[in-house]
Amino acid sequence: MLLTSYFLAALAIALAWPTPLALSKAKWITRAPVQAVLLWQAIALGGGLSMIGSMLVWGLSPLGDNLISALHAGWRLLMGDPQVQYPGVVHLFALSTAFLFGFHLVLTLIRAAWRTSRQRAKHRQLLRLLSNPSETRPNTLVIDHDMPVAYCVPGISRSVTVLSRGLLTQLTPEEQQAVITHERSHLDQRHDLLILAFTAWNEALPWLPTSKLALEAVRQLIEMLADDKALEQVNRQTLLKAIVTVATAAAVDDASMIKSSSNAELVGMPGGEVSSRRLQRLLSPETALNKLARFLVLASTVLLLACPTILLVAPTLLAW
Amino acid sequence: MASLGDLERSVMDLLWDSAEPLTANDLRDDLAALGADAKELAVTTVLTVLARLEKKGLVERERSTRPHRYAACSSREDHTVGLLNEALGTAQDREAVLARFIGGITADEAASLRAILDSVKSA
Repeated sequence: MLLTSYFLAALAIALAWPTPLALSKAKWITRAPVQAVLLWQAIALGGGLSMIGSMLVWGLSPLGDNLISALHAGWRLLMGDPQVQYPGVVHLFALSTAFLFGFHLVLTLIRAAWRTSRQRAKHRQLLRLLSNPSETRPNTLVIDHDMPVAYCVPGISRSVTVLSRGLLTQLTPEEQQAVITHERSHLDQRHDLLILAFTAWNEALPWLPTSKLALEAVRQLIEMLADDKALEQVNRQTLLKAIVTVATAAAVDDASMIKSSSNAELVGMPGGEVSSRRLQRLLSPETALNKLARFLVLASTVLLLACPTILLVAPTLLAW
Repeated sequence: MASLGDLERSVMDLLWDSAEPLTANDLRDDLAALGADAKELAVTTVLTVLARLEKKGLVERERSTRPHRYAACSSREDHTVGLLNEALGTAQDREAVLARFIGGITADEAASLRAILDSVKSA
């Protein structure tokens, strides 16, 4: 049991710091965004699992040879069975930390989900008063405003795409197609759930710098995924033109973005450069990652999840 | 019989388009004039809808007069701008709520991108 807990702790540390840092700098992610998103999820899940698991297993190690018998002994201890040996205060501390940490993660996720759904409900309510269903497109609402805006409101049963009148007048039909396919793929692939999970992770562990890195990375990756879907319908030039029209209008109307661009000047960021990786890959297309590399990424994704799970649930392995 | 949601929308439209506050009776008459299915509409139903809208912070009640008169808290345009601000992520803490088309592109980048596209076009 001790060896298992050390291994889990090592895995937890690796997944908490060096791995996410390396992945956030990796060049290949723009060439295989699907695999990269999966890998990020495995890092987050595997990291949480091994973090909690290592404390749990170490805390239980004086009580038994494997997780099942140790948990059983722990239960008897709680029930006041005098035959069970008291494991010592340090081990009890590790155990309570594991439980508290697990609760903390779950509660943060529930709280984030609840908050998000409440805000969405409020947004939908206003939409019902202020928008009209599109005459030509299903599940699409049109807001009466000149600014070209497109977004989607995800929901369990009724997801809608919202377009502004400005978007419909300022974009060509092909450009509209690009925007709408992009939005629909966010909804179809349930990117909102991904963002919710990573937002909650970031909220639960704000002291862990890599949880912010992960959220940023996933945010960029889902845009790439949606762009790729749009590119199945329109060409690059059309998608880029649509992005430029929408982004320019938004930036002019958006005080906070103007502020952030003047900050960039202060820090001395080179002007006239497109730093977003999402845009870079649209401007200069890259070939997709080859099959072998994609397989290796998928294999490590599976390993990252399988390792802590197997170590935790397989009793014979825990007898080490 | 129209649903409460549809009635809320009709009532808000009337209040937004009206220059002055309206009573529940005014609204009932206007609603009846709008559609045939509203002809059996009771004033109490309109009052229920108004109470709901008031609770949501969309409608203000003038209590100095009898019967009470109702007005929209802010204009249709203000609400639309509010919605769009949420959609653009200018409002705080709304990141996970909506997925935006232009997520994470700054003004600088948009300008550079436009320049690049223009140069491609003219070349």
